[in-house]
Amino acid sequence: MIVERAAEPDLTVQPVLTVEDVSIRYEVDPPVDAVRGVSFTLHRGEILGLAGESGCGKTTLAYGITRLLKPPAVMTGGRVVLHGRAGRDAGGDQDDDEATTDVVALTGEELRRFRWDRVSIVFQGSMNSLNPVMTVRDQLHDVFTTHRPGMRRRVREQRCRELLELVGVDPARLASFPHQLSGGMRQRVMIAMALALDPQVMVMDEPTTALDVVVQRSIIREIMVLRERLGFAVIFITHDLPLLIEISDRIAVMRDGEVVELGTAEQIYRAPQADYTKQLLASFPSLSGTRGGFVRGREEVLGA
Amino acid sequence: MTPVDGVLSASHLVKTFRLRSGLRSTPVHAVKNVSFEVVRGRTVALVGESGSGKSTIARILAKLETPTSGQVLLDGVPTPTRGRALAEYRRRVQMVFQDPFASLNPFHSVAHHVERPVRIHHPELTSAQVAARVRDLLDRVQLSPADRFASRRPHELSGGQRQRVAIARALAPGAQYVVADEPVSMLDVSIRLGVLNLLADLQREQHLGVLYITHDLATARHFSDELLVMYRGDVVERGPADDVILRPQHPYTQALREAAADPERLGALRDEVRRSLRPLGQERSASA
Repeated sequence: MIVERAAEPDLTVQPVLTVEDVSIRYEVDPPVDAVRGVSFTLHRGEILGLAGESGCGKTTLAYGITRLLKPPAVMTGGRVVLHGRAGRDAGGDQDDDEATTDVVALTGEELRRFRWDRVSIVFQGSMNSLNPVMTVRDQLHDVFTTHRPGMRRRVREQRCRELLELVGVDPARLASFPHQLSGGMRQRVMIAMALALDPQVMVMDEPTTALDVVVQRSIIREIMVLRERLGFAVIFITHDLPLLIEISDRIAVMRDGEVVELGTAEQIYRAPQADYTKQLLASFPSLSGTRGGFVRGREEVLGA
Repeated sequence: MTPVDGVLSASHLVKTFRLRSGLRSTPVHAVKNVSFEVVRGRTVALVGESGSGKSTIARILAKLETPTSGQVLLDGVPTPTRGRALAEYRRRVQMVFQDPFASLNPFHSVAHHVERPVRIHHPELTSAQVAARVRDLLDRVQLSPADRFASRRPHELSGGQRQRVAIARALAPGAQYVVADEPVSMLDVSIRLGVLNLLADLQREQHLGVLYITHDLATARHFSDELLVMYRGDVVERGPADDVILRPQHPYTQALREAAADPERLGALRDEVRRSLRPLGQERSASA
């Protein structure tokens, strides 16, 4: 077999995370199949939008991928594989941080090391998940003392300052307590924390929904700048389809635990295939189009 | 009743809260000299971010808050502060709140929520007349068949259905003006338009004057005639909805407009970010 090598590997086609036929069930009475046979591939440096309304299973899926499911939620099937960086995935040395990992099989110490280090998550209300009685400095240092125990204090401090600068927060704020920061700044601190260990994948579950639009915009721009500079991939979860169309490379539309459509942002916007995608698009009035004309067509949307 | 026979106007409203910390107290100017009119049969949208003072205005109009200065006039008459006149004002000016999960009493049925304002404001009606009125109201907000919904409790309803109950409750006393404070922001996107269209239909059919308070520029544009943009307690721009959104003059309106997601700008942000990060003249083709 002839293997052709591109001069410069195209980052956008190298998979970083493969989700195969994942199903998650809430073992309550009666059981709820929250995620049913979801498959997709996340490429390096890609922003994959996950769109859907409340109850469609998008957050449950995010928890599944990051291994944060708590009973009664149980992953009943499927595989989640985090790929190592190019050339290293064959390495049998388990010590290697960048080795290909079967996420579902991780347990104990391996799981602890995997979390945050290789895949981090920013939750919807995560600006409220900062510890109110610890300074920003202590909380950021905590990430390093846990995951990089060998790191010297001076280096840690330096890294924390860099992180805050990276997300556009004055490093002087390291001494602040969370209540002394605005919602937007707290969310930036959370993003800094999620970036701390240079993860390959960041899951963002409605990271900006609780914020004002202008702040929301600047944070999203920040995420996109960091993505370009650091090369992590993002799974961006929201119900805001127009936003996803604007910022994502590809979009998966979820409904009732299933991905009903997956395509590039352009395909989803210009030529949606699934009825549900069309319905979602029609739910957003257009900001700049003709008055009364909604984002796509004005079909029957009075389904409530 | 002619279509335009009334106007609810806010005249030079000012609201200052005092923020106390220890012995000191600092004034917070939530609303600074705001005036506007809501004419029956028309919708005025009040747009702004959190903290801009738009909800304070809603609460002043609904008489849940007293302005520090300025007044609210209904058909040119200053709003009463007590007694029968106040009850009459409340009959005519009603409010729909943001959170339909919090604004309905979990212990009471849908019928109770709608029936109570009818009884309070129309004590002359017989039980049969009240029941007929409740059915009619539920039909009007498209909760039909009314009999099926009447006995349900809030937890048995979806968010959209709850908000319809809240709208029916606002209409129940015979409201002429509805102040809707973020009426759909807690609802799922696919049912938002349904509720907004319902409000728009009711407004046309019953010549309601609607004050639609929102942070969402797109729906504000589509569901209002006049649009006011608030920033830190001031109205910074106002005018016909399309003018304000499509040709914003004030920098803050322009910032809001820029910040709103617009799928037409597909990929533009990514390209702009890439351009800004790349040294001049150096194009990277691999990740195009």
